Amino acid sequence: MHEDSNRHAYSFLTPPEVQFLDAAVERLIPADELGPGARDACVSYYIDRQLMSNWGMHGRNYRMGPWAEGTPQQGFQSRLTPQEIYRYGIADTDAHCKRQYGKAFRLLAADQQDEVLHALEKDAIELPTVPAKLFFSLLWRNTEEGFFADPVYGGNRDKAGWRLLGFPGVAASNYNELMYTQTTAYRVEPVSILDIREQRVALDNQGYPKHVPLADAKDGHGSH
Amino acid sequence: MAATKLKAVDAVVVGAGLAGTILCKSLAETGLKVVGFERGRMLDAQHDFAMPYAHDELKYDRHSDILQNLSRETITFRNKMSESALPMRELGSFKPGECVGGAAVHWGVHARRFLPWDFEVRSRTLGRYGAAQLAADCTSQDWGIGYDELEPYYDQFEHLYGVGGKAGNLNGEIQAGGNPFEGARSREFPNPPSKATPIGQLFADAAHQLGHTPFASPTAAMTQPYTNPYKLMLGECVSGGFCGSHGCAQGAKASPLNTVVPALGRHDNFELRTLANVVKINLDSSGKRAIGVTYIDARGREFEQPADLVVLSAYTFNNVRLLMLSGIGKPYDPVSGTGVVGRNYSYQSHGKIQLFFEDKIFNPFMGGGGRATSIDDFNGDNFDHAGLGFIGGSYLAAQSSGAAPIKNKPVPPGTPSWGGAWKKAAAYWYNRSFSLNLHGACQSYRDCYLDLDPTYRDANGLPLLRMTFDWHDNERKMLAHAMEKTAEIARALKPAKTGAHGLSAKYSIVPYQSTHNIGGAVMGADPATSVVNKYLQSWDVNNVFVVGGSAFPQNSANPPTATIGALACWTADAIKEQYLKKPGLLV
Ligand SMILES: Cc1cc2nc3c(=O)[nH]c(=O)nc-3n(C[C@H](O)[C@H](O)[C@H](O)COP(=O)(O)OP(=O)(O)OC[C@H]3O[C@@H](n4cnc5c(N)ncnc54)[C@H](O)[C@@H]3O)c2cc1C
Repeated sequence: MHEDSNRHAYSFLTPPEVQFLDAAVERLIPADELGPGARDACVSYYIDRQLMSNWGMHGRNYRMGPWAEGTPQQGFQSRLTPQEIYRYGIADTDAHCKRQYGKAFRLLAADQQDEVLHALEKDAIELPTVPAKLFFSLLWRNTEEGFFADPVYGGNRDKAGWRLLGFPGVAASNYNELMYTQTTAYRVEPVSILDIREQRVALDNQGYPKHVPLADAKDGHGSH
Repeated sequence: MAATKLKAVDAVVVGAGLAGTILCKSLAETGLKVVGFERGRMLDAQHDFAMPYAHDELKYDRHSDILQNLSRETITFRNKMSESALPMRELGSFKPGECVGGAAVHWGVHARRFLPWDFEVRSRTLGRYGAAQLAADCTSQDWGIGYDELEPYYDQFEHLYGVGGKAGNLNGEIQAGGNPFEGARSREFPNPPSKATPIGQLFADAAHQLGHTPFASPTAAMTQPYTNPYKLMLGECVSGGFCGSHGCAQGAKASPLNTVVPALGRHDNFELRTLANVVKINLDSSGKRAIGVTYIDARGREFEQPADLVVLSAYTFNNVRLLMLSGIGKPYDPVSGTGVVGRNYSYQSHGKIQLFFEDKIFNPFMGGGGRATSIDDFNGDNFDHAGLGFIGGSYLAAQSSGAAPIKNKPVPPGTPSWGGAWKKAAAYWYNRSFSLNLHGACQSYRDCYLDLDPTYRDANGLPLLRMTFDWHDNERKMLAHAMEKTAEIARALKPAKTGAHGLSAKYSIVPYQSTHNIGGAVMGADPATSVVNKYLQSWDVNNVFVVGGSAFPQNSANPPTATIGALACWTADAIKEQYLKKPGLLV
């Protein structure tokens, strides 16, 4: 499929970096009985596209010095851009994994991968270039974005994130009535901007999509 | 590079956001030659916020060009004076706008008036409780204007913005269904209240049981099709979510773009100059009279625009910064406690309790449009503070904001922050939870202020504004009290689980809280403790007016915009009816 080949056309990330990210994001949001995980939702591809955007170089951030670390309340103070944080963070983490486990991150067992991710999150690993916690927090932020943002950005493939929650995507124009009458879960085929752009959905005269109920609609979903 | 000097005009307005557009329109009506300056671009709501592109959470929450571009200009921040301030390098705690319409293009439309108490915090506190109730370093003060004086202008703003609500106090008579604690209104809202949403109804029932008085929060998203006094038409909100942080696809949310800007086009004597960043108000040699402004265009060219009257409406931060950069008013010195420009910067305190239910489904993505049910029983001085050790309060609300999925996936406390268990919890609770939100006041303090940063500069080489701010004990106690009251309501709703999120130990610039930054150029009756008089006119340079939240001496629990709008209408009137007839200090 045309779309599929496009998804593998990475512009910033190298193949080993993609493999690292595929492994990492799949631990952050794993595939399970509820549906696909972040790898199959193409979160790595989402991250690649974000890194090639203006944001990948923090184009709208204040980037003048002097640079100082500051307090946690003072927020992001790194001079590293997202492009650099990913590039060096992946290399540094892989180097750590090779020292600690004798293998690259992507080749570790799932529980070892979790161990590494927890250590990054808690800043328990000293990486030479990128502060571990900074790398982890960016990775988690982008994973959530890539799993739940509109598929127009390359992630949330087949609207996996929205199906997981029961989020309908682009709103229909009848919520004002539905809000008061719908006491069970509103289960429809989610609609993305991409769906509308590619004319896969009917629109009403206000330009809002007409939602189509899911055949297997039932109350809520997920177990716990 | 020398600035190109342009032909003189009568008046300039700096910043075409919520306050600025109101001033532009009012001045344009006098027939004077008026130029409005806006650093951002003109928006074309029909295309900028067309369906389905307006329903893009990633873009509008994080990357949109209608938000301030920090690569050119930001603020610096520190919690206390002993720290070095560092630049806010990415947007977090607040999201100022940078486009025609300002932050009011992507605001959340909760359009509440302040309480009469809010305007007289100091005198009423002293009167009811005595000086011991106020912290020694609290610099909260009276506004120099009372609620009753501002009432007609609240009314004017609400009709301009089509606010929907139910009066709780009509000319002194308490009305069923409204907020009994509000100040007296001269007439009903222009639009009906929004109907309580299912979570609003749950909250209302529980609050009512506990003896509180719930009401529909006033909203500036249209509850029915509306035509405003400028004959501009706004459509009815469809509760499709994607509201706060977003431009409205339907034009149902009142903003400068649909309430005022189109009407500006009717005045040949008015010009809106966009992509024009004002960097200075120029003064004559006496330093007592403004002679115009200097601005830099998108290509970096510098221009001088002479004018007889300068209105600053560039949001709190640039109102204060431009005064400082131009040498208008004495800068505040927190050590001696003297000076005024930058004094009494304040914010808004907040908290929430998340409720998780096994037996209820909420479809939380339906909403937006300021649909909320709230109580004012613990707001302002609506309850007895004797023995509580704090002043001020919070309003509590159940808000159907339209839960978009990147940001809104509440999970019960103890849930891992990622991984399989997190995924299951996020999926399970998304549709089975909602929050009770607390919106709290924030008093002003001697060590919370704005000044020019000694180190960091903007893209034009000018010093950034520096913010020194942290929570104080009064707000900690006040929020803790409100959290207890909220927890009582939460318990009455019998959720399976709850998650409480009170005030953070320290104020942080990182998580989004609110774009309710106020103070720094406060109004008052005494030039020793205020930058502008009750007409928002500079005490020092009488042909400069400074309009916006910068004028609030401290913050109410209620969000600021209705009051900013009312003050803009009030100032516009004072300029038109008094200043232009007899230029000079208004008294
Ligand atoms: C996500 C969000 C939700 C909100 N929700 C609510 C709510 O529910 N209720 C509420 O009451 N308030 C809310 N607010 C706050 C509300 O948006 C502001 O209070 C209001 O817009 C302030 O009006 P203003 O005219 O002072 O500033 P703005 O409307 O921001 O306008 C200021 C304008 O000045 C321009 N400017 C600044 N500096 C310069 C310069 N040097 N030269 C030229 N132009 C300049 C800016 O680009 C901007 O357009 C919200 C804000 C945000 C961001």
